[in-house]
Amino acid sequence: MAAHSYAEEKKINTAVLGSLLALTALTVAAAGIHFESPAVNTIVALAIASMKASLVALFFMHLRYEKPINAIIFLTGIAMLAVFLGLTLLDVDYRATPRPANLKPPPGGFTAGVEPAKPGGTAPPAAGEAAQPAEQAPPAR
Amino acid sequence: MSDSAISTTEHAPEHPPGLQHHFAEMEQQADSAKIGMWAFLVTEVLLFGGLFVGYGIMHARFTEAFASAHHHLDRVMGTLNTVILLTSSWTMVMAVSSARAGKQKNLVRYLTVTLLLAGAFLVVKYLEYSHKFHEGLLPGRFYTYAGPHLPEEFLFFSFYFMMTGLHGLHVLAGMIVISWLLRRAIRGDFSPSYYNPVDMGGLYWHLVDIIWIYLFPLIYLIS
Repeated sequence: MAAHSYAEEKKINTAVLGSLLALTALTVAAAGIHFESPAVNTIVALAIASMKASLVALFFMHLRYEKPINAIIFLTGIAMLAVFLGLTLLDVDYRATPRPANLKPPPGGFTAGVEPAKPGGTAPPAAGEAAQPAEQAPPAR
Repeated sequence: MSDSAISTTEHAPEHPPGLQHHFAEMEQQADSAKIGMWAFLVTEVLLFGGLFVGYGIMHARFTEAFASAHHHLDRVMGTLNTVILLTSSWTMVMAVSSARAGKQKNLVRYLTVTLLLAGAFLVVKYLEYSHKFHEGLLPGRFYTYAGPHLPEEFLFFSFYFMMTGLHGLHVLAGMIVISWLLRRAIRGDFSPSYYNPVDMGGLYWHLVDIIWIYLFPLIYLIS
């Protein structure tokens, strides 16, 4: 960073701010477009947000000019988050219900069809029933 | 530094102001602080990451309810807050540049504007929150909205308040840090050879900005 004078830094930082504001306008505009699938909207929004975050990290947080160790630390954290998020979302489509079984229903009740799994229903095997809480009625035999 | 101070275990007679005695020189101190700060920022990313993953799961599961619930948010307010926070990031980085260049007056000025913008962000947030409290658009069993809605909309507001609330607390913490920096800047603690606290405060503030950069499209702009 020592290579830049104050005036040069101000110019660079102002240009970055301009880009950030332009990308904000772009993401608001993109949200108004109806793509074939809502997933495309989410991907576009995340891609623009990642561009903005990169600009902030590279220029405002000086990662572009710093020793690489700082970027390595940060990117390692991002990689861990990517593993967490990526593998979790891959799993979501194959779950019967992601809702905790002890979640109290809201006024009006839950939407039908995604009720929490009950003993004797789809998921739990017979061996698992012994571990169920005491207030669960024992299965009639 | 290298020509006179050959022994690094003993203090040079003229100890640079701001150098902690367990560091050999200013550059080593600044590098250590940066590595520590980035490690802390990673823990912040993972803290919010858990919430983002939870939001992703529930959004994938209850897409219609989330899309319907997000219409209660004011997009104009959200965009305004994005612009406020991005601008405050610019004033913060200019404060760091000013400190590095030894421009004392500019440093105080930029820090003051950053603090004011952070306050403005929280005022907008307050207006949004009070509107939702009034309508009963609240998390979990506190959700008492009377108008037409899908059953799972309360879940959206659970995430909305948790994520923006935690982010708001970070903005508040940032304001405390910036106030402290401002006090020290006015006192004249910082110089081109020592402005580490301004630099670290800046890194924290930019991370708060990055988190909002992701929160804004995911919460306000989903379809």
